[in-house]
Amino acid sequence: MQALGIDALFRGSNFLRLLGGLGVTLELSLISVIFSILLGIIFGVIMTFKNPVVKVLSRIYLEIVRIMPQMVLLFVVFFGTTRLFGWNLSAEAACVIVFTFWGTAEMGDLVRGAVTAIPKHQYESSYALGMSKAQTYYHIIVPQTLRRLIPLSINLVTRMIKTTSLVMMIGVVEVLKVSQQIIEANRMTSPNGAFGIYAVVFLLYFIACWPISLLAGHLEKKWSN
Amino acid sequence: MAELLKEELLRIEHLRKAYDNTVVLKDISLTVHKGEVIVVIGPSGCGKSTLLRCINGLEPIQGGKITLRGQEIDGNSKDIAQIRQKLGMVFQNYELFPHKTVLQNIMLAPMKVQKRPKDEVEAQAKQLLERVGLLEKKDSYPRQLSGGQKQRVAIVRALCMNPEMMLFDEVTAALDPEMVREVLDTILELAKAGGTMIIVTHEMSFAKAVSDRVLFLDGGEIVEEAVPEKFFSDPQTERAKRFLRTFEYDAVKHHDI
Ligand SMILES: Nc1ncnc2c1ncn2[C@@H]1O[C@H](COP(=O)(O)OP(=O)(O)OP(=O)(O)O)[C@@H](O)[C@H]1O
Ligand SMILES: [Mg+2]
Repeated sequence: MQALGIDALFRGSNFLRLLGGLGVTLELSLISVIFSILLGIIFGVIMTFKNPVVKVLSRIYLEIVRIMPQMVLLFVVFFGTTRLFGWNLSAEAACVIVFTFWGTAEMGDLVRGAVTAIPKHQYESSYALGMSKAQTYYHIIVPQTLRRLIPLSINLVTRMIKTTSLVMMIGVVEVLKVSQQIIEANRMTSPNGAFGIYAVVFLLYFIACWPISLLAGHLEKKWSN
Repeated sequence: MAELLKEELLRIEHLRKAYDNTVVLKDISLTVHKGEVIVVIGPSGCGKSTLLRCINGLEPIQGGKITLRGQEIDGNSKDIAQIRQKLGMVFQNYELFPHKTVLQNIMLAPMKVQKRPKDEVEAQAKQLLERVGLLEKKDSYPRQLSGGQKQRVAIVRALCMNPEMMLFDEVTAALDPEMVREVLDTILELAKAGGTMIIVTHEMSFAKAVSDRVLFLDGGEIVEEAVPEKFFSDPQTERAKRFLRTFEYDAVKHHDI
């Protein structure tokens, strides 16, 4: 164990602290994911409108999100706004804002894709059977959209969990930050700590994200037409 | 035959249909009686699908009038759903609902639109499936069926609404040749049982066998209208003659026997 440096993990409350860090990571992700999904569904439906102004605005929003690294966004929101407006924005709140800003764009794009992927014939077959617009959406369009959407959005969730590791850059103590602290504090006694601790962090992320990925894969297979 | 054909079902008067500035249907008038089988043929792009879509209120029309038993068909009126129940339509690209089983596909509209009791609908659905030889597929999903099977399910789905009239739009065009037969046989059965229908097809021998009347559509108008025996052996217009010739091939090789 000495060689891998994992012993540092079992000193004092180190392991518990690491789990606590994972908790912070998951909590930030969860809040951002919930906001992103709700806002993303609204944004996605708006994007299917054929209004040119809506098109241009959503295009600009999507491009900003794509071009700007999340880290830059984090710095802008956390350091930029506190300086500029004198707000006292907590690091956690800044994270949720940035990840929601990003997640809404991604989710919106998925929703738009899923809605527009339903062929016109599906609507017409339903109308031809005498179904009303509301019945067509309820029985035919929405269920098919959800089937396309759910696996994709689960994958988005795992990506968001992974990306939250960036927040340590603005001082949020999450799993990666804790691991760095442990490595620092035990540099003398466990010089190889970096490897072992990061390996454990890797495992923790894996344990958090793998079941979610499996679920996405399972649903995708089950619902593929 | 003549007495049977008295009751008038569908009437189209001076139908005009245009997309922006291109006129697709110029001045179509047609009356269909109960029990009649009309086959519509014509070159690609002449407006056959558009005609059927207009009859089902899926396309807004720019002139003329379509009525079913005197009731006007208008895609924007609130009665349209009620009229569409009386018109069963099957498209070229079998559009079953992929997230529902065969039985669910068939039973959805009778239960939700016609509010019929589940047991009764299920009994009818099974009986119709039996008739087209697909009862054992009742719990399959569309992706598990062949193209021909999907089309037969689509036909059953339309029939289960007990429509007064069926509209078929090139239902075999997307099928492999060996599956064409099973679908056309199903339609022939329906015709034999006295069903009223308008059929768009490129299968000439089927058209000859099934129809009471052939309409030859070209350039958005009815160029020729005749009983099949006459139309296929002795077409009157030059355009119909030219069209029928496209289905024949001249031998390019000679074999001594
Ligand atoms: N949504 C549309 N917008 C503009 N033009 C259209 C539209 N749908 C069809 N058309 C045009 O209307 C004409 C008739 O089309 P339609 O699909 O009715 O032809 P068709 O006789 O069914 O041909 P095919 O045998 O190839 O199926 C075509 O020239 C087509 O380009
Ligand atoms: Mg067509």
